Amino acid sequence: MNGVHDMGGQQGFGPVLLEEKEALFHAHWESRAMAITVAMGASGQWNIDLSRAARESLPPAIYLSSNYYEIWIRALEKLMLERGMVTQAELASGQQTTPPVQVSKVLTGDTVDAALKAGSPTERSIDQPALFKVGQKVRARNMHPQGHTRLPRYVRGHVGTVISLHGGHVFPDGHTLHASPPFNVPVQWLYTVVFDGPTLWGEHSDPTLEVTVDAWESYLEAAV
Amino acid sequence: MEVRVRALETLLIQKGYIDPAAIDRIIETYETEVGPHNGAQVVAKAWAEPEFKAWLLKDATAAIASLGFTGRQGEHMVALENTSEQHNMVVCTLCSCYPWPVLGLPPVWYKSAAYRSRTVLEPRKVLADFGVTLPESTRIRVWDSTAELRYLVLPKRPDGTEHLSQAELASLVSRDAMIGTALA
Repeated sequence: MNGVHDMGGQQGFGPVLLEEKEALFHAHWESRAMAITVAMGASGQWNIDLSRAARESLPPAIYLSSNYYEIWIRALEKLMLERGMVTQAELASGQQTTPPVQVSKVLTGDTVDAALKAGSPTERSIDQPALFKVGQKVRARNMHPQGHTRLPRYVRGHVGTVISLHGGHVFPDGHTLHASPPFNVPVQWLYTVVFDGPTLWGEHSDPTLEVTVDAWESYLEAAV
Repeated sequence: MEVRVRALETLLIQKGYIDPAAIDRIIETYETEVGPHNGAQVVAKAWAEPEFKAWLLKDATAAIASLGFTGRQGEHMVALENTSEQHNMVVCTLCSCYPWPVLGLPPVWYKSAAYRSRTVLEPRKVLADFGVTLPESTRIRVWDSTAELRYLVLPKRPDGTEHLSQAELASLVSRDAMIGTALA
């Protein structure tokens, strides 16, 4: 989706503002919001790509004017509403009035450490050989899917060079096709591709700039 | 948001979806245990031990795991070596991907629209916002974290640090240097 979240190369957001005294959380609710989101991710009712897609498809004005943990909470509420896990009335009141749905896992105080330490690796075995090799010129496809994708707009249509292969990884665009478990888990070769600044930004680009993206195989085509 | 999140937490506990002890433990982990001091240990070891540095640059996930740093948002690590010829900077233009096991939770600026939009377009101007100026001849490679690979910049070892222990070296490594918005 060509969403407002796809920020690379946009202009007008002003300088990067640094805080004089950085805090990990800027309000009590931010810490709770972070942890609730992480804990609910373990419920197995959605996957990381569905969770990103939920954030990215918030209304653009809301996305741009929300603090990052607010984006997380709004997306979490949306994910749970879509799956009938909570109702609007329950969210408004903070009181349960409908029975819970069955979830595959609930993190407890004594299972958190192991879950965080394990994470959720996305590398998977892949049988078919890679289409591209290191050093090869590839073009980022000019594609504009309606659904979730991780190919930023600013590289689309441009030619870069493959600098590394990372094996098979779960393909995000396909990982969002089933909203509930069992999820669709397609696997594709993952590459890192480097683009020259002037290729992306034209003659006034910083000539010393290079930008890399990590791109799944179907985001790329051979360039001659 | 304070009221909204409190209502949400109450509701999710009532429904049995979350355990408050898990919520407390997650917060405690990122407030007190996981943070840039982890990444600084990785960098200091790479500065001090050439074999570890070679391993880190070849298989960062395994090298970093050997120090006990693994898991969520660091499942697939890549280390990027800064040299006189090339400076590396990390961004996530699409969201806020960040290597949690080695750097902790990202700062506000890393998640900001300004950083996410400008870093791939005008990294020298972004560096200027951090008070950093690089030689005109240094190539800048910006790594946009668009997949589940997470990047850790290995800054250049400061001159005159040959006599320092690894613990002393680690104290010299700033979080921003491991993102690429500072030099050390």
